[in-house]
Amino acid sequence: MAEYGFDTLAVHAGAQPDPATGARITPIYQTSAYVFENADQAAALFNLQVFGNIYSRIMNPTVAVLEERIAALENGTAGLAASSGHAAQHLVFHTLMEPGGEFISARQLYGGSVNQFSQAFAKYDWHVRWADATDADSFARVVTDKTRAIFCESIANPGGVISDLEGIARVAEQAGVPFIVDNTLATPWLIRPFEWGAHIVVHSATKFLGGHGNSLAGAIVESGTFDWAKSGKYRTLTEDNPSYHGIRFYETFGDFAFCVAARALSLRDLGPCLAPENAFLTLTGMETLPLRMKRHCENALAIAEWLSHDNRVEWVNYAGLPSHPLHAAHRKYCPKGAGSVFTFGLRGGFGAGMKLVDQVRIFSHLANIGDTRSLIIHPASTTHRQLSDEDRVKAGAGPEVVRLSIGIEDVKDLIADLDQAMQ
Amino acid sequence: MVPNYPDALIARILRSVHRIAMVGASPNPARPSYFAMKYLLDKGFEIIPVNPGQAGEEILGQKVYARVADLPAPIDMIDIFRNSAAAGPITDEAIAEKTRLGLKILWMQLGVINEEAAKRAEAAGLTVIMNRCPKIEYGRLSGEIGWYGVNRRVIDNRKHFAFSQGGALRRG
Repeated sequence: MAEYGFDTLAVHAGAQPDPATGARITPIYQTSAYVFENADQAAALFNLQVFGNIYSRIMNPTVAVLEERIAALENGTAGLAASSGHAAQHLVFHTLMEPGGEFISARQLYGGSVNQFSQAFAKYDWHVRWADATDADSFARVVTDKTRAIFCESIANPGGVISDLEGIARVAEQAGVPFIVDNTLATPWLIRPFEWGAHIVVHSATKFLGGHGNSLAGAIVESGTFDWAKSGKYRTLTEDNPSYHGIRFYETFGDFAFCVAARALSLRDLGPCLAPENAFLTLTGMETLPLRMKRHCENALAIAEWLSHDNRVEWVNYAGLPSHPLHAAHRKYCPKGAGSVFTFGLRGGFGAGMKLVDQVRIFSHLANIGDTRSLIIHPASTTHRQLSDEDRVKAGAGPEVVRLSIGIEDVKDLIADLDQAMQ
Repeated sequence: MVPNYPDALIARILRSVHRIAMVGASPNPARPSYFAMKYLLDKGFEIIPVNPGQAGEEILGQKVYARVADLPAPIDMIDIFRNSAAAGPITDEAIAEKTRLGLKILWMQLGVINEEAAKRAEAAGLTVIMNRCPKIEYGRLSGEIGWYGVNRRVIDNRKHFAFSQGGALRRG
């Protein structure tokens, strides 16, 4: 098989001219269902014996192009899209977990994922244990016979922490469980988690993949390298499935069985499908992912350097700075850049953070990241406010913390904006 | 070592073969071999099932033969849906019947790798593919499997009339 370069895949992977019309750009297949060729073909489709389209909750041709493109950029075997990054995580764990099961997650995590793991998943009787993304041994210490997965963010939101993927992958391998990496902040342009031993990647494609802040989207990619049968712990993948006449997904679909099972069972039954128009907008954004990521990282480094020399700033938490304790991890895992989301601490504390977000004129005060526009938020009063004081500090969202998501504007204008807003 | 094959070779095989004997075909609709047989029949291939336990019966309307030696000629390709060890003696049967059947391709399914058998088959003039599924390869090269989000590792800049004749499998 040909090995195309990343930038070529970002433009082309998954797409081809429309077979009906020759349209070069992937059409928005705005349809809920698809006609069957005949009764026999319909039955074969429902039995998963042939490849084809049934109903847009389960698959859609526009969405499929996005799935394949993300899978190609991550160098995985298959992808599955969902209505949001949160939905993608839900589908992953729904495919892996049984009641009473546990998984281990880095505690340096998007606040919404902290809620999902500790609150929503507990209602399914799935239980999270926490570890430190920069200390692989902290994962090993909480492995039990109930552990079914290990999870972290490659670059963690909001603190820009660069996780020890290689070390954590080793713990997962020893435990015989899949290693799931949320690669939203890094994108495959900076880090490809499968190269470090991950088995499943999840994305909020809402962020840098789509890149323009116009569509919610989530995605799952599998590496095709995890042996689901070895431990007998992943019943959904290995046991006779009653809703498909007893087929076994892993045996039947091999190295893309995880995505087929997540689609044909969890997506079918839980329903968080991606709308084709959102897939279209995300695909359009992904064509410029390499160009945008380069600019995002260059701008972020320049702003982090400027902040680090400003006496109104107590600290800057950006691994791209040589003085940062994770600078070596940045050189190891993502030498092209340390991402564009980072935090800094204002000497003025909580009040100064609230004032800054009110005074900026170019930065937008909102709860998102990975937009062409530069964004700013004060996590303690917004995204992380549901957490306790102690958990906020642990998550890197203390009272003095401001989070930036640096866009692709002229960097001098961004610096001037922060400068005037901190006066 | 996991064998690697150029897309052009796989496409040439799938375009050129018509009659495929599937050794290890199962009558159980939940088995992967049933899935593959159903799919390839739908794509217009003739599939002749081989399974000693089912000899004389029918699978998907096709008469089952007990062994390779019983197969009626011509057979373009033998697809081995058995484990890697069992692929050895089946390969030897295929080599013995090669001339009578007009056999050109020996294909071992996903997960089936028998390097020694492959060497014998290649020495006898057969083209060998291991550790691949013709259904998945057909779906990948025609574009259909992309509907399941599978990474086909194909870039395609042409318009095709229909997926069933499309992708890298278009004829002429």
